[in-house]
Amino acid sequence: MSSVRLEDLSRRYGRVLAVAGVSLDIREGEFVALLGPSGCGKTTTLRMIAGFIEPTGGRIGIGTRDVTRVPPHQRNTGLVFQNYALFPHMNVAGNVGFGLEMRGVGKAEIDRRVKAGLDRVRLADYAHRMPRELSGGQQQRVALARALVIEPEVLLLDEPLSNLDTRLRADMRDEIRSLQKALGLTTILVTHDQDEAMAVADLLVVMNAGRIAQIGTPAEVFEAPRTRFVADFIGVSNLLAGRSTTQGSFVLTSGERIHVGETKPARDAVLALRPDRLQVMARPSGQHANEWCGRIRSATYLGSMLEYYIELPSGTTLHARHGNVQGHEQTRFQAGDAVCVAWPEAAARLVDAD
Amino acid sequence: MDGVTAVTFQSLLYRFSAWLVLAFVVGPLVVIVWVAFFANAIIAFPPSGYTLGWFVRAWQSDAFREGFLLSLKVGIVASIASLLLGIPASVAISRHAFPGREAISTILLAPIVVPGIVGGAALYIALLAFELATGIQIAGTIWGLLVAHTLIAIPWTVRLVTASLLRVNRSIEEAAVNLGATPLVAFRRVTLPAIRPGLVAAVLLSFVVSFIDLEKSLFLVGPGQTTLPIAILNYLEWNLDPTIAAVATVQIGLIAVALWLADRAVGLTRIF
Repeated sequence: MSSVRLEDLSRRYGRVLAVAGVSLDIREGEFVALLGPSGCGKTTTLRMIAGFIEPTGGRIGIGTRDVTRVPPHQRNTGLVFQNYALFPHMNVAGNVGFGLEMRGVGKAEIDRRVKAGLDRVRLADYAHRMPRELSGGQQQRVALARALVIEPEVLLLDEPLSNLDTRLRADMRDEIRSLQKALGLTTILVTHDQDEAMAVADLLVVMNAGRIAQIGTPAEVFEAPRTRFVADFIGVSNLLAGRSTTQGSFVLTSGERIHVGETKPARDAVLALRPDRLQVMARPSGQHANEWCGRIRSATYLGSMLEYYIELPSGTTLHARHGNVQGHEQTRFQAGDAVCVAWPEAAARLVDAD
Repeated sequence: MDGVTAVTFQSLLYRFSAWLVLAFVVGPLVVIVWVAFFANAIIAFPPSGYTLGWFVRAWQSDAFREGFLLSLKVGIVASIASLLLGIPASVAISRHAFPGREAISTILLAPIVVPGIVGGAALYIALLAFELATGIQIAGTIWGLLVAHTLIAIPWTVRLVTASLLRVNRSIEEAAVNLGATPLVAFRRVTLPAIRPGLVAAVLLSFVVSFIDLEKSLFLVGPGQTTLPIAILNYLEWNLDPTIAAVATVQIGLIAVALWLADRAVGLTRIF
């Protein structure tokens, strides 16, 4: 296992900068998720690390080696593809043994390591099956075994779970995580699914338009998004533009003065408020620093969740969502109801407008 | 009710015209195969009896036997040569964006469009010019035939191999390279096996188009270098008896088997 170092890595296609100066240090054994919407440059970054795309600027280091100009077959990375990419004309053992064969490992040693590799992903009995005879989840485990058996310096996962159904995805996710921990693998996962990224990664790298928007642990990114883009991407649905004041308050463009815990110099910013932090009440309580009354514009019953859009007299709309727990039956609202919403000072965060 | 009648009538009409087209195509072939077994030397219907004698006679004829063997030889060599030249061309066309790719792709398919007799004349003139410049004779030798038939086969090879390559999932090649294979090894170990049906079909189809070619070969055959279609043409100038039908029957059978195998390999209807 090795560390990975990206220095000001860039890739230009004509006039478009797909990756625009990404710098990142990944420690040995660390699990990093590159997270972002499609077109943010995360896949291009991963493919540059694997060597399939040549950077137009910057450097890539794996361990102590500068691999920027090293061809992909000499990099010793283990890449797992979204569509599995198993060799259709080779059986499972042939697929898993291919990398060892390329390294000139002896026949007996290949057999031994293929068997151990298949044991690790619980497919020991499938060595002689052809890929087309396997389910999607089994194919993905073969692909994982094939990438691991060569003992790569870094494991690269390109949206490995997106072709699996929901239940299988959670199982596979846990399996990848526990293998990664057990083997101490330096791992880079590319995904657009923030839940998946949070569940497995030690470190999230949120990307936008070819740049890193924020780096942090899942908790740091979730609790303290730094920009409007990051907040939006991780599911903060109330993003209200306005201007912060030096007195610990924030004035929305629509006029409301919101109390915020943090005191910041006066500047334009965005107030980020998670929908699950809003309390919806039938009448004002007078107990909260931030309390606004308006009307329910729409109410949606989501089974385990209840969702409301509340319109304030100024026209500002707030999104609230809370668990459908027992005892809430009396306080279920309908469109048109007059309600008040409240939230604690610390629930709102000021983020950069991007 | 009128609607139902109209639809039924229409579908009957379609079916009838489909059968009519099939009869036009297959009818003469059926007659030729039938005639090959007639006992009388002068073709007359109905025959007085049936015999296999014409097949024996065709084989005993030097012109037909030599022509058949030469066509077989040229067909096999030309289809393999066109495969060896066609694979790199197909890889370039299907995998790499380069200036002039469209032009090259069009030119490689041009021989299908250019009338065979024109292509044959052009090649003949080119080979004569080459001979005048270098003193090396190619037209009238077996090399001229091989060059011409390779040219006949290349468009079909490129078309089939390119179509096969476009269907291969690129990520399996990347997976092989990621696991330590050089691009060449990845191509040989992963890509070639994946397109093998396409290669088989390309060889078979190339063989067929070479085996039946008349126009291009006409200019290039020399003494003692006569292909089967030309031997048939020469014979027909002076004779009309069931020998010719026997030769044609063998030819039809061979082509039918090759096309049937090619279709089983790739499903030709999916490509053309």
